[in-house]
Amino acid sequence: MGFEVLFKGTNMLRLLGGLGAAMKISLISIAISISLGIILGMLMSMKKPVINAISRIYLEIVRIMPQMVLLFIVFFGFTKAMGLNLSAETSSIIVFSFWGTAEMSDLVRSCLISIPPIQYESSAALGLSKLQTYVYVIIPQIGRRLIPLSINLITRMIKTTSLVMMIGIVEVLKVGQQIIEANRKSSPNAAFGVFATVFLLYFLVCWPISTFSRYLEKKWAN
Amino acid sequence: MSEEILKIEHLYKRYDDIPVLEDISLTVKKGETVVIVGPSGCGKSTFLRCINGLEDIQDGHVYLEDALINPASGESVQNRQRIGMVFQSYDLFPHKTVLENVILAPMKVQKRKKEDATEEALALLDRVGLSARKDSYPRQLSGGQKQRVAIVRALMMHPEVLLFDEVTAALDPEMVREVLDVILDLARNNSTMLIVTHEMAFARAIADRVLFLDGGHIIEDTDPGQFFDSPGTDRAKKFLQTFEYESVR
Repeated sequence: MGFEVLFKGTNMLRLLGGLGAAMKISLISIAISISLGIILGMLMSMKKPVINAISRIYLEIVRIMPQMVLLFIVFFGFTKAMGLNLSAETSSIIVFSFWGTAEMSDLVRSCLISIPPIQYESSAALGLSKLQTYVYVIIPQIGRRLIPLSINLITRMIKTTSLVMMIGIVEVLKVGQQIIEANRKSSPNAAFGVFATVFLLYFLVCWPISTFSRYLEKKWAN
Repeated sequence: MSEEILKIEHLYKRYDDIPVLEDISLTVKKGETVVIVGPSGCGKSTFLRCINGLEDIQDGHVYLEDALINPASGESVQNRQRIGMVFQSYDLFPHKTVLENVILAPMKVQKRKKEDATEEALALLDRVGLSARKDSYPRQLSGGQKQRVAIVRALMMHPEVLLFDEVTAALDPEMVREVLDVILDLARNNSTMLIVTHEMAFARAIADRVLFLDGGHIIEDTDPGQFFDSPGTDRAKKFLQTFEYESVR
């Protein structure tokens, strides 16, 4: 079946190392996306025409462009055109944050505007201050809607990091390919075993996250 | 007795350039139940919202006893808790249980102890027949139950004036009664209330005074008997006729 190559030498460790490279890019991008996305989403919910116009173009670009094209533009395009010396890793983080921020801001905006005005008004009528209204009434409700949605985004970002091998980052999929190439003669069936293991690794990372999200969704169902 | 508690002087309210309320003046005595009726869009809900400072006003003054509570005066925040309001749409906090909904403001605004607030909350919930539902979430309650909780939540702040903005308008007919009974009970205990409603039989039963609003003006301000039996203006007559049906047989 081709699993035996994984036990040759340090192959399994190398595969895990590749997973680590992918996770590093994911986690940094996710942290940036969530922070910037929350800020941008709050700005977008204020319904200022200029902010709305800019954010709409931004979201539209992200929606239309395949992530791979964005990666190529930043890594091969910008670096040459502007004489910047960006590493593949930095380029990936820029692209994934660019994408993640757009999606996150849209989630934050939709959660913010989904809170009915009556929630603010009835809090005010009870004498709660603006700050108290946000802390005790609005943010808990937004959190309950936002957390499951953003976890979904996080798993999609983790999965999509497999694209970074296209700009030369040695992540888990690339390591897999290298192992298969190196063992072409001795174990011609390595492809199945290696890719199945890669699949399993991604599954082990994403499955607990999405299970947790489903659990929260159920717990907070309104 | 019968001291004045709420005084509104020459209140003007416009949305952009569209006048909604024009030169409204009204004095409400302690313990009085004022019912406000009128056609849709006449400004009656806006009037309540202006009293509570949820809407800014373009001119005029609102006094609660001696305190000026115009939204712009900056004192409205401290004084707002002295006026309780219950809205048409269910406005309970969906992420909190019935009990948590009811004790949030007393604990955070009035800094009362949790045990103390809980004790009072349970007594009030019992009074509206909902103490068994204290740990339910709003989504598990019927519309009528939600509105009764909303009334308890407003009462917990010990407001001096209670505003009811069409609290039964979104309810199924069989649930209207349970909510109106709670308000009738409050009237018996001499609460000061301003009630906007389309339930004419209820208005007649509970009102000490009826205000008829139309086109942003107070057209009539009389006792309920006179208003419902022999309204002084044609507009009020026409309005009341919309609640009657002629037999087709």
